[in-house]
Amino acid sequence: MKHPIRNFTYSAVAAVAATMMIAPASAQKWEPTRPVEFIIPAGTGGGADIMARTIQGIVTKHNLMKQPMVVINKAGGAGGEGFLDVKGSANNPHKIIITLSNLFTTPLATGIPFNWKDLTPVAMLALDEFVLWVNAEKPYKNVKEFIDAAKAANGTFKMGGTGSKQEDQIITEAVQKSTGVKFTYIPFRGGGEVAVQLVGNHVDSTVNNPNEAVAQWRAGKVRPLCVFDNKPLPYKEQIADGKSWADIPTCKSQGLNMDYLMLRGIFMSPKATPDQVNYYVDLFKKVRETPEWKDLMNTGAFNQTFMTGAEYTKWVENEEKRHRDLMKEAGFLASN
Amino acid sequence: MEEIGNLFQGFATVIQPFNIVLMFVGIILGVLIGVLPGLGGANGVAILLPLTFSMSPTSAIILLSCIYWGALFGGAITSILFNIPGEPWSVATTFDGYPMAQQGKAGEALTAAFTSSFVGALFAVIMITLVAPLVAAFALRFGPAEKFGVYFLAFCSFIGMSKEPPFKTLAAMMLGFALASVGLDQVTGQLRLTFGFTHLLTGFDFLIAVIGLFGIGEILLTMEEGLAFRGNKAKMDLKVVLKTWKELPKYWMLSLRSCLIGCWMGITPAGATPASFMSYGIAKRISKRGKNFGNGEIEGVIAPETAAHAAGTAALLPMLSLGVPGSPTAAVLLGGLLIWGLQPGPMLFIENKEFVWGLIASMYIGNIVGLIVVLTCVPLLAAILRVPFSIIAPLILVLCAIGAYSVNNSTFDVVMMMVFGVAGYFLKKTNYPLAPLVLAIVLGSKAEEAFRQSLLSSQGSLSIFWSNALVGTIMGLGLIALFWSAISNVWSRVRGPATA
Repeated sequence: MKHPIRNFTYSAVAAVAATMMIAPASAQKWEPTRPVEFIIPAGTGGGADIMARTIQGIVTKHNLMKQPMVVINKAGGAGGEGFLDVKGSANNPHKIIITLSNLFTTPLATGIPFNWKDLTPVAMLALDEFVLWVNAEKPYKNVKEFIDAAKAANGTFKMGGTGSKQEDQIITEAVQKSTGVKFTYIPFRGGGEVAVQLVGNHVDSTVNNPNEAVAQWRAGKVRPLCVFDNKPLPYKEQIADGKSWADIPTCKSQGLNMDYLMLRGIFMSPKATPDQVNYYVDLFKKVRETPEWKDLMNTGAFNQTFMTGAEYTKWVENEEKRHRDLMKEAGFLASN
Repeated sequence: MEEIGNLFQGFATVIQPFNIVLMFVGIILGVLIGVLPGLGGANGVAILLPLTFSMSPTSAIILLSCIYWGALFGGAITSILFNIPGEPWSVATTFDGYPMAQQGKAGEALTAAFTSSFVGALFAVIMITLVAPLVAAFALRFGPAEKFGVYFLAFCSFIGMSKEPPFKTLAAMMLGFALASVGLDQVTGQLRLTFGFTHLLTGFDFLIAVIGLFGIGEILLTMEEGLAFRGNKAKMDLKVVLKTWKELPKYWMLSLRSCLIGCWMGITPAGATPASFMSYGIAKRISKRGKNFGNGEIEGVIAPETAAHAAGTAALLPMLSLGVPGSPTAAVLLGGLLIWGLQPGPMLFIENKEFVWGLIASMYIGNIVGLIVVLTCVPLLAAILRVPFSIIAPLILVLCAIGAYSVNNSTFDVVMMMVFGVAGYFLKKTNYPLAPLVLAIVLGSKAEEAFRQSLLSSQGSLSIFWSNALVGTIMGLGLIALFWSAISNVWSRVRGPATA
């Protein structure tokens, strides 16, 4: 309900302020007028959740937005719940969503009525890396020894990963194709659980994100074999046994022909105006300048590519095509 | 003992006026959050997480963990007073807590629930203090097969224990399994039983089902009985607390057993919900008054509450030492740790001693503060039942609707809650037990997942469930629990003629 008197006061004050301050451009800029809902299409405690909550903390601590930011997890149906919610909020500029690869994989695997084109792209915040991990007690020290052991196991080698027909399983499929080795893929609910299953020797290898496995690596429980990127990671700070992220070789250099990066990007509700998109782009630019954000990037060994506008849209388009191809090859597409 | 020295340093950190104030604030907020069905501890902690970024990590975790303790305490309140469990692990508390309240013994039930919660938590904290590293290593032995074993044991210790015919129990449980399978199949990534209806994508949330089946169903039943004026005998003074306390020490064996079950479930990490059900089931079987369980037996309140709180506390251990949360709330706390720049995992105990021992010290003091806060509220809470039903019923209905809505911010869920309410009414009228149904909804999909993960890793061979001593023992216990009534029947028949 609007209060006419208060409204009148506000507009009077605004009019006076506008005449006094010579800043007509800023007066026209769009700004949130209600709390902004920040949807996470994944459960609590995962990579996307941690990133979104960090952003919420940064925005609150540094006062980057006049309205509060509310984080809501909508993880149902492998994130489908969250995507459909934002899709159904056209003309509501107070709703943004953080994405992971399920932006592509969920609609492709389940056939729910959603495509990323239903949403308005805002910005790519970073890309998440993937690393091949084994238990540190195991004898294999490099990719070749690992692949030989997997071959000898004849299909009983267990690869643990997050979710089914999502990024971890797509990478596993690509590794199988590249080497001719067959793995038994076992889906778990979250990256932290996968890391512990590896430490407990219930699975033989994983393709965890750096963030998910770094604690176990520092404790000397797991060993990284290679990173699924085109070039080694830039982070030179020592983590465990005198090694840093930068010392992990790329999988390609080890004969595993696969590279994969996961989008950590922001989209907003359909039919957003350029003004509204620009507001959020500016907001996230400010977020990226804070020390807290830099800490997060460092501990998680993220690829810090930032993109907006047409460049971002083009990147997402290419990724969608790539996921469709990878999933088609693996037989992961929904039958209908 | 190095640990004891560290602990005392932790106490020194915690006993600062600012931190003590935070504790009281956290506990009171937590109790309120626990009382509102739907707004669980996980949501409460998540909402308040960003507020804590301006504090030191130790103060922040004290505030958040106290909200957690408060929510654990608060969950029992609505279960006992209105038969509406605010949290999954308080479902078992309704079985005897609500009948006690109806007999005018709400004060006793609340006191027993709060006190045994405290005992459970204290036991778990002492265990964390003394054997943390050892216990963390034990948790690593739990793969999918062992986890399935635990769920299997939870189901088995429950079947055949109800007063209803075993087949009705089984039917209710199967209905629960069917409901639990709706939504995304975690193992194949395919949608199941949604019939292209996107509202069903998320499956049936446990809370919606429970608020409907228990809360709304109960109100419908009471209305049919003509708005009976219940609980008017509820006493309104603090003497009831002291009186109940005199009773409690004689149940020490029951408490100890429930503490052990709770700690085990919290660490594995299966969580507080199976712990409370399993503890209730076993208590019913062992207790001399087991036949009377479900009619307002105080032991039926002590058992689940002790185990749930012990599990809830013990669940923080795998979170800190392994980075795997044992409960949804622990998952949010885990996110908080990462944001504060602390990395949960084996190194946390070595690199951030001050933080870890500050947290453990705050568990001791936080629980004492919690007990004081909730016990002083007992007379007040019990007095709520003196309000005429015709006034309180609409209020409960509104509370239920808000709770159902706030689970997913969806009005569809409110409709679902009403549907479950009507279903609950008919199930009660036809004497189908609701507890197995609820148990299956809560644990069904987790059990299914663990079962299929096990079979994947064993290439389809069932022998994985007997592949090592640990999983073999758990499965064996489960089978004994399942066929207990049959076994004891045969036993008494064999023994019968001999003694005759």
